[in-house]
Amino acid sequence: MYKYIIRRILVFIPMLIMLSIIVFALAKAAPGDPFTGKILDPEVDPAVFEQQREALGLNDPLPVQYVNWASKIATGNFGESMYYKGRSVQSLIKERIVNTLYLGLFALAITLIVAIPIGIYSARNPYSILDYSATTFGFLGLAIPNFFFGLIAIYFLAIKLGWFPAQGTITSTDVSGWTEVWDRVHHMVLPGITLGLAGTATYMRYMRSEVLDVLGSDYIRTAKAKGMSERNVLYKHTLRNAIIPIITLMGFEFGALLSGAIITEQVFSYPGLGTLFINSITNRDYPVIMAITLLLGVTILIGNLLADIFYSIVDPRIRYD
Amino acid sequence: MSNDPVLDVEQLKTYFYLDEERVAKAVDDISFSIYPGETVALVGESGSGKSITALSIMQLINKPGKIVGGSISIASEEILTLSSKQMEKIRGNDIAMIFQEPMTALNPVFTIGNQISEILRKHKKLSNKAAQEKAINLLKTVGISRAEEIVNEYPHQLSGGMRQRVMIAMAISCDPKLLIADEPTTALDVTIQAQILDLMADMKEKFHMALLLITHDLGVVSEYADRVMVMYGGQIVEEAPTSKLLELTKHPYSQGLLESLPKLEEDVDRLGTIKGTVPPAYDFPSGCRFSSRCPFVMEKCKQSSTDLKKIDQDHFVRCYLYENGGSEE
Repeated sequence: MYKYIIRRILVFIPMLIMLSIIVFALAKAAPGDPFTGKILDPEVDPAVFEQQREALGLNDPLPVQYVNWASKIATGNFGESMYYKGRSVQSLIKERIVNTLYLGLFALAITLIVAIPIGIYSARNPYSILDYSATTFGFLGLAIPNFFFGLIAIYFLAIKLGWFPAQGTITSTDVSGWTEVWDRVHHMVLPGITLGLAGTATYMRYMRSEVLDVLGSDYIRTAKAKGMSERNVLYKHTLRNAIIPIITLMGFEFGALLSGAIITEQVFSYPGLGTLFINSITNRDYPVIMAITLLLGVTILIGNLLADIFYSIVDPRIRYD
Repeated sequence: MSNDPVLDVEQLKTYFYLDEERVAKAVDDISFSIYPGETVALVGESGSGKSITALSIMQLINKPGKIVGGSISIASEEILTLSSKQMEKIRGNDIAMIFQEPMTALNPVFTIGNQISEILRKHKKLSNKAAQEKAINLLKTVGISRAEEIVNEYPHQLSGGMRQRVMIAMAISCDPKLLIADEPTTALDVTIQAQILDLMADMKEKFHMALLLITHDLGVVSEYADRVMVMYGGQIVEEAPTSKLLELTKHPYSQGLLESLPKLEEDVDRLGTIKGTVPPAYDFPSGCRFSSRCPFVMEKCKQSSTDLKKIDQDHFVRCYLYENGGSEE
């Protein structure tokens, strides 16, 4: 097992190199550089810009530029933002990533708390009223785009009813302790629900079909024939098997924890990684774009690794060696 | 043999309500008893209602199926009226069941030891440690040599035959009065089949159980069963001690089953078959249920059917051919 994990992490290295090449190539393929598209001071001699380009290494051959960039990244230096002058990319990301992580985890928590019990209930009472309602809700949840649901939520729950704030992460920075936690959670409710909507629908449907599948299996009949109580049959024999595909799904979702929030954050003006990403794109802030893209790639790789590890823990049939 | 039956089934009816109009009468008014130490075989084609009979006894019938009538008693105690909590105490404890598919009958994510010991913890209230030790002993009893290692292994690490041994170990763990084996060897290799059946016969002797053996293999029947019940269309059509049933076969359906078996002493080009298939349980012919396939069908068979009639002291047949005390024409 440990050998497997170490081997998987080693495989990360070539994957990361590939990823960085692609990110670099995409950034380079885009037209323009930090000096184009700006209103340039007419009094500055164009030769100065050329000189600057030369100094920043923008005229070097691409492979040389790549190696320079990659070797800096390898030491954790993502360079300076071109838009926010004087700010390092790391500090920009660091400032935002916490908000996005909180939001992602909050959305995931809502998703699991809602989806798993309803999925189990639906499977145990198929074709009941609640099952039909859950199915309908599930398809709606999958069909409604995030941004649209977000706008509706803002209109009704924030503007009309005033139950939740429409944007931001916190009302006042003066508060601390539990008041602050509560305020932050209050701000996360709408974006959290919006972000978790599609996931809730997916997990719910998965859970329903998995539990339904397992309940019909031979080993559940065996467990019942052994005189096991209904609780034991459901919580021990059924859930342990039904949860296996859910875990795989969660591994993939782990990557989406950071990337999934891009649109939702924009709708709620939530100062997270997603807003930073979109702003950087409009500002052609390539160092930031590249860093975030790399970061998302890494989270997806880690998510997949975690999924594989958890998978082998819950399912003894899976052994990596 | 004592006179009190271990299992007494009276006029059991298990119907499946498929939709508004169609009701599948999977088990329709069957009565039989099993006495201590006895091995009774329940024989019939697929779809004749054998497994549903077994599951009815266990009360493990799933929707849309329902036991609609009759009575089932274990050691003279009625179990159909028990609550589901009370029934949990009977299952695995007084009646144990072994299934056809050992490959899927064990939960893939729990160790063998866990799956055997949970039944001991439930019914015998053993501690974890005591249950685990008993599990090892049980595995040894059913002829698994590496029992100490096997308890920590998972079902996928075992072969089909081994898994069926584990199922047997589980079944005998609480000294049940009755063991129901639903085609326990159908899914196994021929070479393993005899081993498993011998093991079950051994266990039956050792733990003084009665055995209800469900099979479609008359070879198995002749070797292991004391008494045979032949089932067709949810009803018992013939019942007799094994030797009598095999030699003085009365019902045309039983005869058909026997003719479809290869015999060592005869050299035939083609084995006998029973033409057609078992009609679906929601669409039995009116009259005798076998009338659509019976080679001796008479006009009245299509109109009405007869009851299971005694034609000898321990031989019962449901057929118009034997209405007058068993004179076959």
